[in-house]
Amino acid sequence: MTTIEAQRAHRGEGTELPARRTRKRSPYPSWFYLPAALIYGVLFLVPTFASFYFSLTRWTIFDSHFIGFDNFVNFFREPALVSGLTHTLVYAVVTSGLKVVLGLLLAVLLTSQIVGRGYLRSVVFFPVLVSTIGVGLTFTVLMNPERGLINESLAVVGIQGPGWLTDPSYALLSVALVDVWKGVGLATLIFIAGIVSIPQEYFEAARVDGASPTASFFKIVLPLARPATVTVVILSLIGGLRSFDLIWAMTRGGPGFTSDVIASVIYKQYQAGFYGLSTAGNVILFLVVTAIILPLYWFLSRKEVEL
Amino acid sequence: MFDVQPRRLLACAAAAVSALALTACSAGSLGSSEEGGKTAISLLVDNAEATVKTAEQVVKDFSAKNPDITVKVETRPQGTEGDNIVKTRLSTGDMSDVFFYNSGSLFQALKPEQNLVALDDQSYAGQLDDNFKTTVSAGGKLFGAPFGTFMGGAVLYNRKVYERLGLQVPKTWAEFMANNAKIKADGKAAPVIQTYQETWTSQLFILGDFHNISAADPGWADKYTKNQAKYATTPAALEGFQHLQEVHDAGYLNKDFASAKYEDGQRMVALGEGVHYPMLTAAVANIAINNPDKVNDVGLFALPGDDAATNGLTVWAPGGAYIPTSTSGAKLDAAKKLLAFIASPDGCASQAKATPPTGPFAVKGCDLPADVPQSIKDMQPYIDKPGGSSLALEFLSPVKGPSLEQICVEVGSGIRKAPDGAALYDRDVEKQAQQLGLPGW
Repeated sequence: MTTIEAQRAHRGEGTELPARRTRKRSPYPSWFYLPAALIYGVLFLVPTFASFYFSLTRWTIFDSHFIGFDNFVNFFREPALVSGLTHTLVYAVVTSGLKVVLGLLLAVLLTSQIVGRGYLRSVVFFPVLVSTIGVGLTFTVLMNPERGLINESLAVVGIQGPGWLTDPSYALLSVALVDVWKGVGLATLIFIAGIVSIPQEYFEAARVDGASPTASFFKIVLPLARPATVTVVILSLIGGLRSFDLIWAMTRGGPGFTSDVIASVIYKQYQAGFYGLSTAGNVILFLVVTAIILPLYWFLSRKEVEL
Repeated sequence: MFDVQPRRLLACAAAAVSALALTACSAGSLGSSEEGGKTAISLLVDNAEATVKTAEQVVKDFSAKNPDITVKVETRPQGTEGDNIVKTRLSTGDMSDVFFYNSGSLFQALKPEQNLVALDDQSYAGQLDDNFKTTVSAGGKLFGAPFGTFMGGAVLYNRKVYERLGLQVPKTWAEFMANNAKIKADGKAAPVIQTYQETWTSQLFILGDFHNISAADPGWADKYTKNQAKYATTPAALEGFQHLQEVHDAGYLNKDFASAKYEDGQRMVALGEGVHYPMLTAAVANIAINNPDKVNDVGLFALPGDDAATNGLTVWAPGGAYIPTSTSGAKLDAAKKLLAFIASPDGCASQAKATPPTGPFAVKGCDLPADVPQSIKDMQPYIDKPGGSSLALEFLSPVKGPSLEQICVEVGSGIRKAPDGAALYDRDVEKQAQQLGLPGW
């Protein structure tokens, strides 16, 4: 704490007078912002607000007519939606949780002195580079209950594997596991960066004091890699909440509606030509993601400052 | 600040504009079709093996007659994904010059009056089957030429197994289930084949049962469109969902029903690994390609209902070939020529040459070849008998919900009960009706 205060004092931040906090005159003339503002306005602001309006209409490319909140009422009556909402949350929490735990463990392994470290690091990262659709289709074949490699391998050991993607109670989790396989490399990378940036002095001091490896993991690595953890949690949670491509490639929300998430429900509405409904769905998705991520981010980053 | 002379600015602008005009020109001539008097048009078809093969044969025969026109066949996915592509490309004016697409309710959802070219002035308009014409007309105008033939939605069955076990073709649901019990007791083949990996194949127990509904209540389709009749509350309509549940609950389905694909189903019924496959007769064309020596082992009977006397076949009208309004000039003329060829006896012969017809043609003067597969011959008695067949619901009413396939998979896999599934589907169609702006919804 004292070092931080000293640094502040050095930079003159602590002694800053309130009057000087007023906005400094920008070194650029106003028109300098125009190109960026134009792009931002046309490509981001206008569509966002247009979609708020169109979610209140029943529209096609040619015309639209205003129907108030009917789309939202309809969307919440959509049978797949309520289950889709829980599926989304389950999917996001499972993938995010596993990515944090596995990513951290892998990162600890891959920052230790092991043989072929560079090679192993790239192997872990490799699935991130592969196309999601390709991964999805490959795993659909591997997970085929009768002819898939996974169940055939299990049969050799005498285990009757489940219908990974065809059994309603496993479908969503199977997809989530594939998502973890594909995404854990990125989490590991972020954790590796976090762990490597911890000064070696702490570990040396801990060793001198006779700390066990477990103790130095929980007392040094875990707290000091916190920024990395926050990043991984936020990224994977957002990714999980709006995940679509992998689920669509593997189950299309099936069997029935048992692995439908909000994004796939929205896509199906669009596919059926219910443009208004799908716009309403997107607005809902936007609100849900904001409602979860904003407080979480605020909470996590506040803790970080207190540390 | 920049100090640009007004005159120079003007020159710059002029240069920029002319450059733009130039690029527009060259882009146009790049994509243009008329080089050396030849017109090139594109034709969009779905990627089913039989469709592609037939389309290519038709194009080949057409080009032989019209050497100055070349047609490029493009493919799109089937099912809702394909619907989406067609709708999006139409609304953005980016459609191929000619495309094949369903008739009936899916055709109505394309907003034909805005997006398609009317064909009433064409010479073949008077030669088309009246039933077919109603399925490709909107606002009193004709928009499509028939591609393919009528199809039956019925139970394809393996005749070898029927012979071996001495079974009779069932006319009622009770007889059908009794046959299933015997096949299951025999233990060599799955009594009923379902292929839920491709979800659309799950709907036949409901859609193919429509003749039985309209036999019980001839005005049902009309009431359904007016929001006066529902699947969940009409006993005859609810039965389709119940049948789907019954075959699952009785354990009559093939073991891999959840992961099997359309192609697996065709193979199973052809080789006798399974006995009953409720399917469109379009599958017969694929069987003829993949298992040509087994195609006559496959027979057909209409989906059985309650009453043996009124049992009959549900028939699907052929899909249409349509021209989008975005096609113009020489391409439009070429496209119209292609449609005229498709709707002529030569065109029928060309289609029959590529794949065996899946039912009668919708063009007067087109006869079926003598060597059609057994299952297609089995359709004829139903069609000849007065009141022995009716058009499927999707041709009589624009109301068809997009989630029927998922609901059927749920009911057919035991995830959801039949009455619940029917009620859910009733809510699903409500959205479609509202999007179409039908009165009474």
